Formats: sequence, C-alpha cells, structure tokens
Amino acid sequence: MNGNSTIGEAAIRAGCQGYFGYPITPQNELTEYMATHLSRKKGCTFIQAESEIAAINMVYGASLAGARAMTSSSSPGISLKQEGISYLAACELPAVIVNMSRGGPGLGSISASQSDYFQATRGGGHGDYRTIVLAPSSGQELADLTHRAFDLADKYLIPVIILGDAMLGQMMEPVEFKYEAPEELPVRSNAMRGAKGHPSRVIKTFTSKPSELEEINWSLFRRYQLIKKQETSYEAFMVEDAELIVIAFGIAARIAKGAIKTARSNGLKVGMLRPITLWPFPSDKVRELAKKTKYFLVFEMNMGQMIEDVQLALEGKGEIFFHGRPGGVIPTPSEVSLIVSRLCYQKGLK
Amino acid sequence: MRKVYSRPKSLKRNPFHYCPGCGHSIIHRLIAEVIDEMNLRDIVVGIPPPGCSVFAHHYFDIDMAESAHGREAAVATGIKRTDPEVIVFTYQGDGDLAAIGTAETIHAANRGERITSIFVNNAVYGMTGGQMAPTTLSGQKTTTTPYGRDVSLEGYPIKMSEMLALARGAVYIERTAVSSPANIRKTKKAIRKAFQAQIDGLGYSLVEILSACPTNWRMSPLESWQWIEKVMTKEFPLGVIKDATGASDAN
Ligand SMILES: Cc1ncc(C[n+]2csc(CCOP(=O)(O)OP(=O)(O)O)c2C)c(N)n1
Ligand code: SF4
Repeated sequence: MNGNSTIGEAAIRAGCQGYFGYPITPQNELTEYMATHLSRKKGCTFIQAESEIAAINMVYGASLAGARAMTSSSSPGISLKQEGISYLAACELPAVIVNMSRGGPGLGSISASQSDYFQATRGGGHGDYRTIVLAPSSGQELADLTHRAFDLADKYLIPVIILGDAMLGQMMEPVEFKYEAPEELPVRSNAMRGAKGHPSRVIKTFTSKPSELEEINWSLFRRYQLIKKQETSYEAFMVEDAELIVIAFGIAARIAKGAIKTARSNGLKVGMLRPITLWPFPSDKVRELAKKTKYFLVFEMNMGQMIEDVQLALEGKGEIFFHGRPGGVIPTPSEVSLIVSRLCYQKGLK
Repeated sequence: MRKVYSRPKSLKRNPFHYCPGCGHSIIHRLIAEVIDEMNLRDIVVGIPPPGCSVFAHHYFDIDMAESAHGREAAVATGIKRTDPEVIVFTYQGDGDLAAIGTAETIHAANRGERITSIFVNNAVYGMTGGQMAPTTLSGQKTTTTPYGRDVSLEGYPIKMSEMLALARGAVYIERTAVSSPANIRKTKKAIRKAFQAQIDGLGYSLVEILSACPTNWRMSPLESWQWIEKVMTKEFPLGVIKDATGASDAN
C-alpha cells in the first residue's frame, strides 16, 4: 500500500469522521482514498473543498461539532491552512493535519523535502501557540502515528501535524493496521450541537481584555509543558557506544540508517537519534547523549532547520556538523556514508 | 394585563453595545425571536464573524462559535455535515461575506449546504472604522474612498444575493432592510423562511439585510434609515430574489 493510502486507512480505523481536502501533489492518493472509503462510511463526511482555507475551516466546524476531523495537503497548501490552525489552537479544538511536504519556497518542486520543519514546529500561523508534530519514517509508522495523532489531539485538545514528505507518501510498503475504532464513537462532551439540556456555550478567542487573553495563553502554555513531559518520543539507534551520533528525522533518518549500518560494518562507532515528535523535541535525550558522545551530525533534507533545536538542546556542548540537501533532491545512503566516514577520519574516530 | 413585548429567551440579559441607530441590534432580536418561535434554541448553533457583531455571543443565549474572517460558511459546513440535525446559521457583514469570504460563500451555496446565512449589508466595514466595502455605493465617501467610490477604479457595488441566486444549491434568497417597522416585519418573515428551508433540508438559504451604520455614514439614526430607503434600495432592490423552496429542482 502506498504511504498516502496508508494514512487514509489508518485514519478511518482511528475513527476519523470528517475529511476535508483540496488536491495537491504529492498527497492526492490520500484525498482519493478518503473519497473512495470514508465517504461511504455511515455518519462520515468527505468534502473536496474549494481551497485549503475552506478545508481547514470545515475541519474546524466538524471539530466544533465533536467529530474526529482531518485534512491533508502539501507545503503550499499547508501555508494556506495556517490561519485555521491558529484558530484551532486558540479554541482548543482537536484536529489532525497531514503535510506530505515538498520542496519550497514558492510552488517549489513536487519531490520530497523537509523544508517545512520551522513552519511545523513553531506553530506556523499567527499567535503564541504550538502544535504536536509527528514525523513518521516508514509505512508502518505512518499507520501507527496516524492513530496516535487522533488520540493525542483528543487527549490534549490540540491540532496535531503529521509531517511526512513526497517519498513517504509514494512508497509502497506492507503495513499492519493494529487498531480499529468502535463502530460508534462517543460524542465528545464539549461538542457544539445546540444548547439542549445545558446553558448556552461560546467558543471564542477574541476578547477586548488583554488579561483574559493572557490567561488563555497561560493555560495553553501549561498544557504544552505537560505535553513536553508526557509525549516526547524518539528512536535511539546504536547510540550506546557511539562516538558520532547522526540526528535525523523522517525519511532522512531512514536514509541515514543505511549509512550507519555501513559505518558499523567498517568498525566505526556511529549511532543515530531520530526524533519522532519534532515538537516536543527530545532535547533532554540530546543532552543526555552529549554526556558520552562528543560529535553530532545533523542530517536534513533542507538547509538546516532542526539543527537549531539540536543547538539549543546542546547548549554549546559537543560539536555539531551538518549535511543537508534542499529543493527536493533525495540524498543517497552512500552520500551520507561518505560524509560519515570522512568525519570519522577527520576526528580520528574508529 | 396582556404581555405584548418581552425579551426573547434566545437573548441574554445584556444590553446591546451597538451605536444608536445601528441595525445589528434589531437583527439580533429578530433572529432570537424566530429561534424562539420555531423552537430551535436546543439545536441551533450560530457562527458570528469578526466585525461589529463579533460579540454576538454576548447577546445571544444560544450555542455560538467564533469563525475566522469570511470562513463562516465553511465552518457551518463542517458542523452541519457532522450532525445534520443541528440548525446552523452564519451571521456575516458585507466585508466578511462579500469580500474575504466570497469563495467559501459561493461554494457552500453551490453545494447546497443546508445552512442559513444572515448577511448584514451596511455598505462599509463597520468595525475597522468605516472603510470601503464591496457593497459601498458609487460615489459614497468612506475612509478609504475619501473622494467617493470611483467605480472605474474601485469597481461596482457587488450584488451577492443576485450572484448567489445563480447557484443551483441555493434555494431561498431574499433582500430586506431594517429601515422601517414594515421592513423590519418583512425581515423577520424572511429569516423564518430561510430557517424553514434549512429545516426542510432543501439547500442553502440567505437573507441579505440592508442595515444602518450611522456612525460611519456620518448621519443621524433617522437620516441613515431614510438613506437606506431612498438611496441604498435603488442599488439593492428589496424582495425575494430566489425562492426554489417549492420547486422540483430544489435538491
Ligand atoms: C484575516 C483578517 N483580516 C482583517 C481583519 C480585520 N477585520 C475585522 S472585521 C472586518 C470587516 C468588518 O466589516 P463587515 O464585515 O462589513 O462587518 P461590520 O463591522 O460592518 O458589521 C475586518 C476587515 C480580520 N479580523 N481578519
Ligand atoms: S460602527 Fe456601524 S455597524 Fe458598527 S456598531 Fe456602530 S453603527 Fe453598528
């Protein structure tokens, strides 16, 4: 199954009730999967919206009414969704937003890229907010993290971004779907469907009192702290004795893994840290690794975005190197191998 | 003694903050009366806009959720598709519905979404200080058309209702005004018909209401009500623009 369809199937099994999309390559298989399968499911809705702006606002409406709602797009379309994501964050509404990102800036290319890291992990739209960002690196993880995204969104009442890329979306891989939501999901208690049996309710963000908004910001901030504590996740690969640790996420980590295996077979002590949550970023783990390991190679398919989080985490400890390929160019494992072995040679590691 | 006038249940006990003579407060009351009379309070959700009516939830005693500027029809779509039993209405200004929100509005109408839009046309952007709206009349002075709207540069007053009537999914569209007791009564009837079209599951309905903004028009309340009747209705004639509620092609 291709990665895009995998997300669709996983979303349906996670109990997604509303999908709202707008065509853009390289994620169309997901929209088409939902058109084929979600639209036929009882009580569920599929709409091909008139724009990404409309799509995210339909998600906002569906989430208001208590649905597990989702949209997907790729980089230029995700830029348009930022207004809506900011409102979702402000109104504390759960939603899942998939970005199968492509090269940018501008219309860019339709090839895989990781150039939306800043946008995804810094909120992306206006205002003081965060979204949870999950970075899958395989077909299986696309399925597992899609399910997790819906659960996290509901648990913390927050928009969750799945940051994939063109390659993950197109790759055909066997997948096991481990979860099936009950036929009928309970309606979220704060679902807005009329003031029956309770006083009327208001969902709003606009206020004429800055102190009121400050309180909203504080309450969001406290939740973000809790998420940092409870939900940060990563994969640590052969880091125990590593003298050089590659830090990479998503498809780049998959490419790097091949290079690390080669390095190991040549006797080089190289490991990898792969953040699975990009926000919250596993800063504590990076710091912990720096107690034993001095050298870090950050490898991204962009000009260096996650590297800033690594720098912040390391607080000047260790030595950081960078290798990046922007614009939708797909680096090869042997290219990364070369960088790794050259670095090991320069630093006298064996 | 018979009680002939009281506060609708769907309005809170908060005094309106709108300027004297402003149409918003009258329109709020009319919607609340219709909700009461049609017994919809338990199942209605209103979507107010950024605009002078951004605090509508401060007055309506019904479920209400804020929308981003112009996106109300998309938000309403999401709610309605999630639970078709909910009666959803959007409340939108002319900057909101006729400028930034045109795409969302046209496509919701074209899909025949079972939602109702209350479209308040006051020919200016009220909240942001009286700038030109797409509905501003030719020659009308606003803060961004200080020499009067020049249609050769700024285009013509846009006729959303007439445009929306072309959408097959739109089943009821009427233009009214809150500028006289008779017109206020007609407005209430139109709102009722629009809600009924939604209840009957027929499609998209919209009531465009010409409404005074004495503050930004720099007129007294009385002058502004007269201006609606004498000037505004020339550009925006009142009446039912589309009624397909009985037609066989209503979807
Ligand atoms: C994206 C965005 N752009 C601009 C604004 C500023 N803004 C708030 S209300 C409004 C328009 C108000 O005019 P109208 O819709 O006619 O409503 P009125 O205030 O006249 O009732 C604008 C431009 C905003 N809130 N969001
Ligand atoms: S500025 Fe105009 S629209 Fe706004 S409250 Fe005052 S009169 Fe009403």
